[in-house]
Amino acid sequence: MKAIKHIGLVIFLIGLGIFTALPLLGTFNLNETDFNTIISNQNIKSEVFINELKSEVVGKDFNGMQTLSPKISKAISNANEAHTKNKEWDKKIYTKSSDMAAMIGKTSANGFIANNKGLVWFLTFGLGIIGALMFILPNVILLGAKGIKNDGIYHESATNRGWIGWMVFIFLVSFYLVLYFASEYATNWTLLVDPISEALSGNPAGHWFVYGFMYCVVMTVMAVRMYIKYRHNIYQVFRTTSVLFFQIVFAFLIPEIMVRLQMPYYDFKNAFPLDYDFFFQWNLKNLINNGGIGIFILVWGIVLTLIIVPVMVYFFGKRWYCSWVCGCGGLAETLGDPYRQHSDKSLFAWKVERYLIHAVLVFVVVMTGMTLYSFFTESGTVLGIQTSTVQNIYSLIIGSIFAGVIGTGFYPIFGNRVWCRFGCPLAAYLGFVQRFKSRFRITTNGGQCISCGNCSTYCEQGIDVRAYAQKGENIIRSSCVGCGICSAVCPRGVLKLENGPEKGRINPTEILLGNDVDLMDLVNQK
Amino acid sequence: MEHIVIIGNGISGVTLARHIRKLSDKKITIVSAETDYFFSRTALMYVYMGHMKFEHTQPYENWFWKKNRIELKKGYIKTVETKSKTLHFADGDTLQYDKLVIATGSKPNKFGWPGQDLNGVLGMYHKQDLENLEKLAPSKEVCKRAVIVGGGLIGIELAEMLNSRKIPVTFLVRESSFWNGVLPEGESQMINEHIKHHHIDLRLSTNLKEIKSDENGNVKSVIIEETSEELTCNVVGLTAGVSPNIDFIKDSEIETGRGVKVNRFLETNIPDVYAIGDCAEQHEAIGNRRPIEAVWYTGRMMGETLAQTICGNRIAYKPGHWFNSAKFLDIEYQTYGWVHGSKGRPDYEQHFHWKHPKEDICITVAFHKDTNEFLGINTFGIRMRHEIFDRWLTEKRDVNHVMSYLKDANFDPEFYKAYESDIIKQFNTEFNTNLTTHKKSWKRIFSKA
Repeated sequence: MKAIKHIGLVIFLIGLGIFTALPLLGTFNLNETDFNTIISNQNIKSEVFINELKSEVVGKDFNGMQTLSPKISKAISNANEAHTKNKEWDKKIYTKSSDMAAMIGKTSANGFIANNKGLVWFLTFGLGIIGALMFILPNVILLGAKGIKNDGIYHESATNRGWIGWMVFIFLVSFYLVLYFASEYATNWTLLVDPISEALSGNPAGHWFVYGFMYCVVMTVMAVRMYIKYRHNIYQVFRTTSVLFFQIVFAFLIPEIMVRLQMPYYDFKNAFPLDYDFFFQWNLKNLINNGGIGIFILVWGIVLTLIIVPVMVYFFGKRWYCSWVCGCGGLAETLGDPYRQHSDKSLFAWKVERYLIHAVLVFVVVMTGMTLYSFFTESGTVLGIQTSTVQNIYSLIIGSIFAGVIGTGFYPIFGNRVWCRFGCPLAAYLGFVQRFKSRFRITTNGGQCISCGNCSTYCEQGIDVRAYAQKGENIIRSSCVGCGICSAVCPRGVLKLENGPEKGRINPTEILLGNDVDLMDLVNQK
Repeated sequence: MEHIVIIGNGISGVTLARHIRKLSDKKITIVSAETDYFFSRTALMYVYMGHMKFEHTQPYENWFWKKNRIELKKGYIKTVETKSKTLHFADGDTLQYDKLVIATGSKPNKFGWPGQDLNGVLGMYHKQDLENLEKLAPSKEVCKRAVIVGGGLIGIELAEMLNSRKIPVTFLVRESSFWNGVLPEGESQMINEHIKHHHIDLRLSTNLKEIKSDENGNVKSVIIEETSEELTCNVVGLTAGVSPNIDFIKDSEIETGRGVKVNRFLETNIPDVYAIGDCAEQHEAIGNRRPIEAVWYTGRMMGETLAQTICGNRIAYKPGHWFNSAKFLDIEYQTYGWVHGSKGRPDYEQHFHWKHPKEDICITVAFHKDTNEFLGINTFGIRMRHEIFDRWLTEKRDVNHVMSYLKDANFDPEFYKAYESDIIKQFNTEFNTNLTTHKKSWKRIFSKA
């Protein structure tokens, strides 16, 4: 069994290695016809750009995106410099250079990778999946009888911020940087999943399709790990199945199929303000121009945020969204589960959390207000501030860096819920409902707590669960996503997630259950 | 300002200090020789097993003490002079108090076995024991076998700890079945099986004769009393219970028995000196409880109670209905009220035992043979709601009521399979009753008695 695990690890690392090398491999040769198509599709009028590309790029062989991409970005900057100087504003190119490079790379890729998509898919995704499963599946036997399996978590380099943890950190951060800021380097990855994308939406894959596909694959494989680790705990089994279902069906399949049906791309479970660009002008216009289905999505999106989400939080707590439905939560609960113990439990971290997450909520609300004002008044500015500038800042700082690079990249260092805890504006909104008007609580079982600290250690949201449990108090915290792990790891059966009457939900206790001091004496003394 | 000095920074002393601070402005000093800060002793096992780091066992952040004006002093107290109200430290330092609270907890028992002080022999109680174990048994390569002597809750925890690092364990238990002084036969048997299932070499009805040393004074092997068998091992864990850690006051005027003798108000024979927690010994046991209770929550409750007394509201220590919990490897155990093992079981106590046909899940309900009054419940693998059983015991409900409303008491996580109908079916067959289970009702759960 151990041998299978080790072989699996090697296979996985080979797959991962090839995948990681792909961005710098591959050959590209842009032919005249494809070039002309791009020029006319993109409506490029800059003869500076066209001439430079014709002499530098068209018909030439390039080995690796790192040789092609600089030529394109140079051509764009040369062109824009010249046109700015000559005040030829209509000739300026507003397409980002990495998007242009990605577009050219995609059409001009030839050679081994482009001609052997299936084989290279197998050598990357295939080996990764097989290796990972070979690493994970033997745990059915190796982990022994069912029960809590946290032995050695703080002895392992991977889960104790050791060198493996830091390597994973570097890999994840780099991956997100490529994805958000240098998507041309994802070109070869997009080639591998072209057949899948074409089968679903009919279009070749872009880098976001690669991301969506990977997301599903990673979640599925790591869900297998969850099923094995928590096989004694039916709550965890159900919850894992639920997030997996919503990711694959709602976030991945339905939007792609909708594109095939000439409908707008839309994830029906992705609620504003997590879905921060829902009210952006381009999206509203797109929805309105899409007839019945567009209007339906528009209404659904508003109803989801204003009615469905808070009502569900009232009945079930925000867990119904954050740890049963949400994609960010889904990745955190599968890929991120081995890192849940790294969330900071200090009071200081809690303070930072409250400032940050509510600041993001205010930011998104203000930005959306400006967006809607601009949309209805058709003015680009509000009080002299350019709406699009605010939108761009939010997209960059919050949407890309916070949610992506930090949110997932920092898993091995700061735990698996960095984004959900410190940044997600939807979580902040749901948190208000959960804290002030909800039936959900984690009940503390009388006086049974022995202050061991397993609950706090494994709380991914950094809640000091023990601080409440040892006082006999129920845990009512806006940040709790109801993952249920505190209850699972408790050795004394102290914690239970439940939905019950609001009355008595918050229960401050002077003297814990079991200590029969005369309460009238106590009261009279005060 | 009155100066309260608490010796011991365990759960009793710290709970006391916190509650005195809530109620007053008195000067508070906590003295400990073990650690700088309060930690949860019950969690030491998880540090060795790699579930946590030591810092996670500390329930309060380090700034907490200063913020709450609770002074911490690290030092070992050698003698207590009650006439002049002075504490003498081993390093020559002294400390004056106005009120003194002894909350020094326990220390592992040693019964005079030959070789019990060798290098490689340890208890599992103090932080130092954990550090020692980490040195002596870091891996199965260094520690080829460990022998544990004494089949109580600490014994099985130590077995689980060593097992987590794949160190072979031989577990010597004096009793004929694990913990059968406390557990009824069926449950004790189930735990025996569970221990063996984890590849722990459980030896029942087996006593330690001596621990043998190699030429360097390290443990080499143990000899078993009954068979004279010699077991080669590197580590010996002595977990045959604990006793009050009060050697330093033996020469003072404070009355001691096994522990520090206290009345119901937790006062010793000397004015302004109190004792709480594991080291306190009641003159007369309270109800079915033992005079010395080495239980986490009783220490906490004594701290809560004594804080009232010290702050001018003199009240007696009145622990309510007995309850407790533990975990035997993978099996969680909870108990509410009294369910006796074969030893010390009163004649009137009748048992109803239900066990899952396949899983390690079972319950034992104790009730009065003649009156049917519900006396207590043991549950294994099912979590139960403390509040409900506490109420049923106060209301002196009969066993039929408990059986019918068992769903109100279930505390398992959501979606778990429930066994109330299986349980009641067997109960009906055994006792010729015709009970039905009632649906869980939030109204009943939250109605105060």
